[in-house]
Parts: sequence; C-alpha cells; structure tokens
Amino acid sequence: MCDHDAAMSRPAGMTRRQFIRSVIATGVVSFSVPLLPARGGAAARTAPGTVERLVTLTVNGMRRRVDVLPNETLAQTLRGKLGLTGVKVGCDRAECGACTVLVDDVPVYSCSTLTHSVLGKAILTVEGLASPGGELHPLQQGVLDEQGFQCGYCAPGFLMTALGYLKTNPDPTRQQLAHGVSGNLCRCQDYDKILTGLLRGAEYMRRG
Amino acid sequence: MPTDAALFTPNLTGRDYTTPDLRAKLTGAARYAEDFRAEGMLACRLLTSPMPHARVARLDTRAAQGMPGVRAILTADELPPPADSVADSGATIKASPWAEPALSMEPLHQGAPVLAVAAVDDATAVAAIEAIEIEFAPLPFVTDPLDSLRPGGPDARTGGNVWLPPARAGEQAAVGRLKWTDEDFRAAGPGRLPMGKAAAEWSYGDVEAGFRQSALVLDESFVTPNVSHQALETRSTLAWWENGKLFLAAGTQSTIQTVPAIARWLNMDPKDIVFLSEYTGGGFGGKITASVSVIIPALLSRKANAPVMLRVTREEEQYIGRARPSLAGRMKAGFSPEGRLLALDLFVVQDNGPYEQQHDAAIAGRMGSLLYQPQAMRWRGVPVLTNTPVRGAQTAPGGLQVSAFMGPLLAKAARRLNLDPLDVCRINAPAGRAPVGPPRPDGTLNAATSAFVREALDKGAQAFRWGERRARPADAGTVRRGIGVATGCFVAGTVGFDGLFVITPEGRLRIHCGVGNLGTESFSDVQRVLADAMDVPWEACEILWGNTARHLPWSCISGGSQTIHSMSRAALAAALDARRKLVGIAAATLGGVPEDYDVGGGRVFRRGDGRGLSLGEAARRAIELGGAYDGHECPDDVHGMTRTAVAALAGQGLVAVARDAFPRDGQSYSYVAAFAEVELDTETGMYRITDFHAEADAGRVVHPRAFGGQMVGRSMLGIGHATTQKWFYDTRYGLPVAKRFHQTRPPTILSMPERFTWGAVGIPDPQTPVGARGIGEPPTGAACAAVLCALAHAMGDDAFIRAPVMADAVLAAMEPENGKNRANRPRGLSANV
Repeated sequence: MCDHDAAMSRPAGMTRRQFIRSVIATGVVSFSVPLLPARGGAAARTAPGTVERLVTLTVNGMRRRVDVLPNETLAQTLRGKLGLTGVKVGCDRAECGACTVLVDDVPVYSCSTLTHSVLGKAILTVEGLASPGGELHPLQQGVLDEQGFQCGYCAPGFLMTALGYLKTNPDPTRQQLAHGVSGNLCRCQDYDKILTGLLRGAEYMRRG
Repeated sequence: MPTDAALFTPNLTGRDYTTPDLRAKLTGAARYAEDFRAEGMLACRLLTSPMPHARVARLDTRAAQGMPGVRAILTADELPPPADSVADSGATIKASPWAEPALSMEPLHQGAPVLAVAAVDDATAVAAIEAIEIEFAPLPFVTDPLDSLRPGGPDARTGGNVWLPPARAGEQAAVGRLKWTDEDFRAAGPGRLPMGKAAAEWSYGDVEAGFRQSALVLDESFVTPNVSHQALETRSTLAWWENGKLFLAAGTQSTIQTVPAIARWLNMDPKDIVFLSEYTGGGFGGKITASVSVIIPALLSRKANAPVMLRVTREEEQYIGRARPSLAGRMKAGFSPEGRLLALDLFVVQDNGPYEQQHDAAIAGRMGSLLYQPQAMRWRGVPVLTNTPVRGAQTAPGGLQVSAFMGPLLAKAARRLNLDPLDVCRINAPAGRAPVGPPRPDGTLNAATSAFVREALDKGAQAFRWGERRARPADAGTVRRGIGVATGCFVAGTVGFDGLFVITPEGRLRIHCGVGNLGTESFSDVQRVLADAMDVPWEACEILWGNTARHLPWSCISGGSQTIHSMSRAALAAALDARRKLVGIAAATLGGVPEDYDVGGGRVFRRGDGRGLSLGEAARRAIELGGAYDGHECPDDVHGMTRTAVAALAGQGLVAVARDAFPRDGQSYSYVAAFAEVELDTETGMYRITDFHAEADAGRVVHPRAFGGQMVGRSMLGIGHATTQKWFYDTRYGLPVAKRFHQTRPPTILSMPERFTWGAVGIPDPQTPVGARGIGEPPTGAACAAVLCALAHAMGDDAFIRAPVMADAVLAAMEPENGKNRANRPRGLSANV
C-alpha cells in the first residue's frame, strides 16, 4: 500500500478528502467549459449561473408547474416531483435505457438529461401512452398480446424507445427494430419475446 | 401416485394467456420498491469501504450528526446480534459468526457498508457522509483463491481462508485455514489446476479401475467467471413502522418466505412484519429473500422514527448485490471406445467471496454425477474466501459451471475417439430414474424422478439439423464455423408447501399466493392448475399476491426454479380440499352422501339428477356451517404462517387450505439440450452465434410463452458467461475495475443468436400429479457449454481454458506458437483478468 500512497502524493497541509475534491472540481470545470453560456449571450436574462426554478413542463399533453433545481435530471423531476414512477432508473448513467422518455418524439435517457434543457418541449412518458379511458396504445396492446417482458422493469423504457423508432420507421424488419431498441437493456434477456411483442404493436399501429 | 386425469383435466394448463400483472408493467402502474412513497420519507445513503479489507481505526460522526436535515446515523454496534432460527423441520439453526453483517467495522470487500445516514433528502445525506471523519487501517487481502492457498498466502479473514465441513455430526461448517505446498503447485504444471488438500470430498465406484479400463483419459482444467446478478431493479427498500409493526417494501424473489428471513436478521417476531413485494425487477437468485439492503433502512427507520428509503445505486448493487462464484475445475475423465464415461475425478476450487459458504462447487459435483452418469466418480472441493463482493446462488449455481467444464471435454473426447459429439452426449445422458451423487451414508445413490434427455437430444438435433451441419465440409479462408452440442440440468422442484383460496359468496375464487413475482409468471401460472382442478373459467379467479397483509400461505422460495413444481402441487392440494368440502356441503344441504356429488361447471351437483348448488351458494352455506368449511378450523399439518392466514380469512366463504402431501419418489431435476453454431473471424477475433436451438425436458409445459421466455432468457444468461461477462480486477490494490453494465457487458438485444429456436419434449414427470417441473435453471449451463463447444470446434480443442472467450483469447489462440501449448494461454487460471 506504500506505493499507492506515494502515487497519490498531495500538497502539504491538504487532507486526502480535500485533495480528491479539488481534483473532481477541476474536472467538472474543465468538462463544463463548452457548456457555459457565452458572455453577453442569450442566457443574460437571468443572473449568471442561475436558472428560473419554477418552470412549466409539458408532460403527457398536460402543462405541469414544478420547482426544478438547476442540477436536476429529468428522471428525478418526473419520478420524484410529478409522480410518474413508470420512468424507471436502472443505472443512472445512460447505460440501460430503463428511464427512456420521448422529448419532441425523440427517445432520450431521462437519467442523463437535465430538466432545464427540455423546457418548452413535449415530454411523453409511458403513463401517457394509454388513452384517458384506459384503452392501451397499440404498441402496449401488441406486447400484451404476446406476453412480452418478464420482470417488466425495462418495459417502459423499451416501449418509449420503440415508439420513437417507429415514428421514423413504421414498418421495420425484426433486425431493424432490434437495432432501433439496442440502447435498452433487459436483464431477464427475454429479447425474443420483446421483439415479437413490439413488432405486433407496430403492426397494430400501422392498422391504426 | 394417482394419474393427473384422476385429479384434474388440463384445459387452461398448457395454454397461453395474459398474466394479471402484465398490463400494469406496460402502463407504468406497477409499483416496484423504489416507486413507493411515504409521508415524511427520509433518504438513506451508505458509507462504504474503499478498501478490500480494512479495520475502521477512527470514526467521528459528530459533525454529520449536527448538520441540518440529518435525522439519524446507524453504525455497526447498533445491529441486533445474529439470532438462531428454527427450520420447518423444527431443528434449530445456530446463528453463524461468519455471516454477512448489515454494517461492519471490519469491511471484507470494497463497497461493504460501514454505516448509514438518514436525512431529509439525498443531497443532505451525501453531504453528511462527506462530513464523517473516518480512517481505515488496511489489512491483508486476497482476490484470487489460488493466491490464498499458496504457502504463506494471505487470508481473506482474520479467522482463516477456507470453509471447512463440520468436524462432527450436528456441528456446522466453519471458516478455517488451509494452505497447499509448493510441491502441490509445481506438480500441476503449466495450464493445469493445482490440486492440494481438499476441504471436502466424496466418491462412488472404483475411479482408478475406471481409468485403467479407459480407451481415452483426458486431464483438463477450466475456469468459469465471477458474474454479478445485476438485476435491472437494484435492491432499494422503503421501511416504516406503525404501532410496533415493521412495514417493508422491497423487491425480492419470495414473498412469504422473506418474512422469517427478515425476522432472523432483526431478531423479531415474524407476526410483527408486513412485507410488500408485488413487482420485482429481476432476481436470478440474487434476491431470494432478505439481505442487508432490507435491514439497514428498517433499523434506521426505527431510530429516526420516520419512513426511510434506501435507494441502492448501480455501483452499490455491484458490491452488496450478489454474484455467481467463479469455479476453477480440473477434470480427469476416462472414456470407453464408444465414448461412455467410465470414471470422472472432479476437483473444484471455488471463489467463495468473504461470507457464507457458497455451494456451487458441491452442486457442480452433484449435477456432474447426474448429467454425465459416470460409472465411477470422485468429487473434491475447496471453497476459498476472498475479499471480493458477496456471492450468492445465481441461476443454476454449480450447474452452469459443471456444464462449462464438461461440455467441451465431452466434445474433445468425441473428436479424439472419432465419434460424433452428439453420440457422446447421448450415450452419457441420464435416463429414467437416473442415479445422482453424492452417495448417501449407506453408500447408495439418490435417484431422479425422471429423465428424458436422450429424447431432448434427438428432438433438438432434428430441429437444429445437426447431422446436416456436421457433414458440411471444413471452412477455408479466414472465417471458421463451429458447431456444438451440450446438456444442462438443475434441481427443478421441492414438495410440502401450502395452497390456500377462498370461494366467495359471489362464487369467485380468491387465490392467496405467497410466491414472489420476479417475472417468471409462475405465481400466476400455477393457479391455472387450480382453476382446471375446480373446473372454473380463468375469469372467475382473482390472485392476491405481493403483500403479506393479504393473508398469504406458506410457499416455496422462488429460487432454483422450483415454483411450478412445488406450488402447482400445493394449488392442486387446495383444490382437492375445496372439492371435498363442496361435496360435503352439498350432501349436508341437499341430502345423500358426499360420494353422490361431483364438482364441475362452476357448481357442485348430484350425479344423475343434477341437483346442486352454485359455488356462491355453497360458499354461503360454508359460512353457515362454519368449522373447517369456512376456515374456523384449520388442518394441523399446514405451516404456522398459513394457519395465521386462515384465521384471518375465517368466515369469508369456503376456505380451501391444504399442504402438499402428494408422494414423490426421487429428486426432481429438469434438463436442456442445446445446440449452437458460431462463425468466427480469425483475423479480428470477433465471432457471431449464427444459430441456436434449446430443447427442454421439464415435464408438462404449463404456460408455453412463459416457458419459452425462460428458455430464451436463461440461455442468454449462459451465452453471456461464454462470451462477454466477467469481473476484472486491479490485483495490486484488490479493487474491481468492472463495476457497471458497460464494463461487465451483459448480453444486449444484438447479442442474440441470429436464429434462436426452442422446443420441449413435454413428457409429464411421473412423480408429481401435475407433471410439471421448473425450467429456469438448466438452459443456462446447456447454452454456455454449447457455445463453448462450438468455439472449441472452430478454434481447436486446446484453444482456451477460461470463459468468457473474448476476442483477445481468440487471437491468442490463432498465434502459431500458442496453438498447442497450454502454458501460453494468456493469464493462466485466474478468473478476474
């Protein structure tokens, strides 16, 4: 362990925790530079480094007023503040796709999307698929008819990704659809039945 | 054993249907543990060990405790002492001093929880963790079991490095110290597993005589990977207390059986625990009952006097979730000229992780004896402790590994003997009431209830067109094809659990189900048997599951794929109890004797004139008659938790309750034969699985789509072990490098074989009245081994000695100087490289 300590040598008087924090802070600043607004640019409406916290989101066709922290992810807002717990968090690092929602019809990982970046855009979660009367969306109905998914934790993400993909390719082959949803992970690994269900749903969508 | 026709007529059983939980999963209405909310809920965060083995030298939480919003800090000294427990048989199980604690001041692996903080929100809890002053004093550590077995090698625990069997009957296994000699290591030679003193062993037959009689003797070594379960739902838990009762929402594989597990951890009366687990986001053996993630928020909630939610991150799941132990095996196998396995000497070193003894190595011996039917066999094993994350049973524990050991070995033997690998699988396959090791105290072997593996091999070979593919000429050029066939097996059923349902005055069947819902759909599928036995439409049935406040009966754990077998028997037993009560009520109401009556079409009626009662009328009469009819009396042989449930349901209708007392002669196992074809690019090392077929022998198929889902999903798990999944360690500091999905590389939808089919022999098991056995486990080993066999066919028999086989191993094997020399295999017999 001695070599390790030597390798992590730090300035005198600084604790290990302070040292690590300073390294992380340096990294954050370096990474964030391209994201910072240009001086005197469009972001000049609010004080530097701040955002309006009480915002309006358009979610599942409804306008929702919500208090959003600057560093809050869309998954946190949807799950924790709007009660849309159909949005699942599987990895929190854009690896598994369980948190996928549509933003202006495009699938995004909500765990890795800041809520403030989607203001004014149309957000659709799995809760917004079925009709208010309870009639399932054709995509949901297709999966239901084929008994798709096992534990179901990945299901909302797969449905939203598939819906986004089908908007660009309504009549895909099995292989094309597999590529279209390949950013989503199913740990039960019942991929065959998932694809069969989603293809059935695509067929129902085409039939209207 | 009565025939099934005398007990129920399969009508719903064997047909596809929509399970009652699916709609909620597709609409977002399904509530998993982390979806629960409670008024005043606090957030819990863990402080975990940054080192593989250390002692907490200094801990000061005062600054954190004084922070606004911090409500409680839980440390190891506040944990209740481990409690003894009483098994169903009445035997006392002594609390183990070696068991995994919820919190520890001597963490035994990186990520082990040291303390926990409850605060008003996550950010405050994280800030409090940062404010805690803590110093760790490093202790010796080991991450590779062979390093610990070397003379003077490090011990993972201060008490020793291996699990040793009980010294005397009635005692329990304990951690002790075992080191091998330098000569043990030298004698193995390069590329072969050293074999020193074993911790445990058994044998039957004359192994040495078997080798002497053999036309071919192979001596092979192979290493399987450590693979984390990593269910998509991490093990988050919400805990709160009301009037002295503990309420817990957590995803586990078992509902009712989790209650006594929690009670043991917390030293509580099970009657004071209410457990909610309606939906579980995957388990694969990693969430069978309670674990530290359930205990920590429960204790913090009591201390803070508020609900506490522990959200487990993906990285924490890697540490406090579970993982399949790597096994290193050495197999000496002797074959007759026809390919029959005359003798098998199997030596297994198990990477046990730091805590409870894992049984993969032992089960590998048992499954090896069944699956390959060696005429003589010796098994030896050493479970070695390491400072790596906690291990637990994962789909087909030991079963997967022994298939990975033996599948390629059988294929190699076939090629050396100029035989078809399919024929070698077939000649060694278990059949009928096949014997199973280890031997009993009297030296005899146990027997399987049935085995139709040859039928599965024949049917699968036809579907895969094995003969046609085998006859294809060898590939020329840089792309090579390989084909493989292998078998897998695992335990597939237990007996003796309880069934419980109520026929309501409205004439509906309200089925109380203690089985967990982890996605296999067995919680619902077994009730199809009940509906058939009662001759009612499925729409007349309602299932209550996932909440012990709903008065659930004692059920099997949903692990080891035993539910379909065990709980279809229990469901049938309860249905027979209902039928007995219905004809009794009819006779008491309409005259005559019970034998004059029958049940069917939603009625109990007299044979001949058809007079009778609807189920609703009979239920109302049951309430009037009372006693056993409406649950005011309960059979003596059911479990105590079932009796509690029956007492709560008394007076609500006709209460049907019974323990599965159907006879069974033998042990229940299921089997799969798998076939794979790979296409391998020798220039890049990349390969694809172009075709795959799995054929099951698991008795009667109760729900084809769910059965097929298990065949696909569990095969994919095995394929992941063969192709991509493993741990990777920084051995200098004993720290894992592969911790997240993109590093551990579970199969994605694009990893699927280009063509994937499955089938089932479908012959009912003669030793269970429904004829059904579990299917979740055996595809895993069969698929893993079939892919390894196909790779060995494409690359050469000695091309690799470790799974998964990744591009670097392929390229290394293609180097001319490495082609036939085991010593040049990259990175020896370590798993985490």
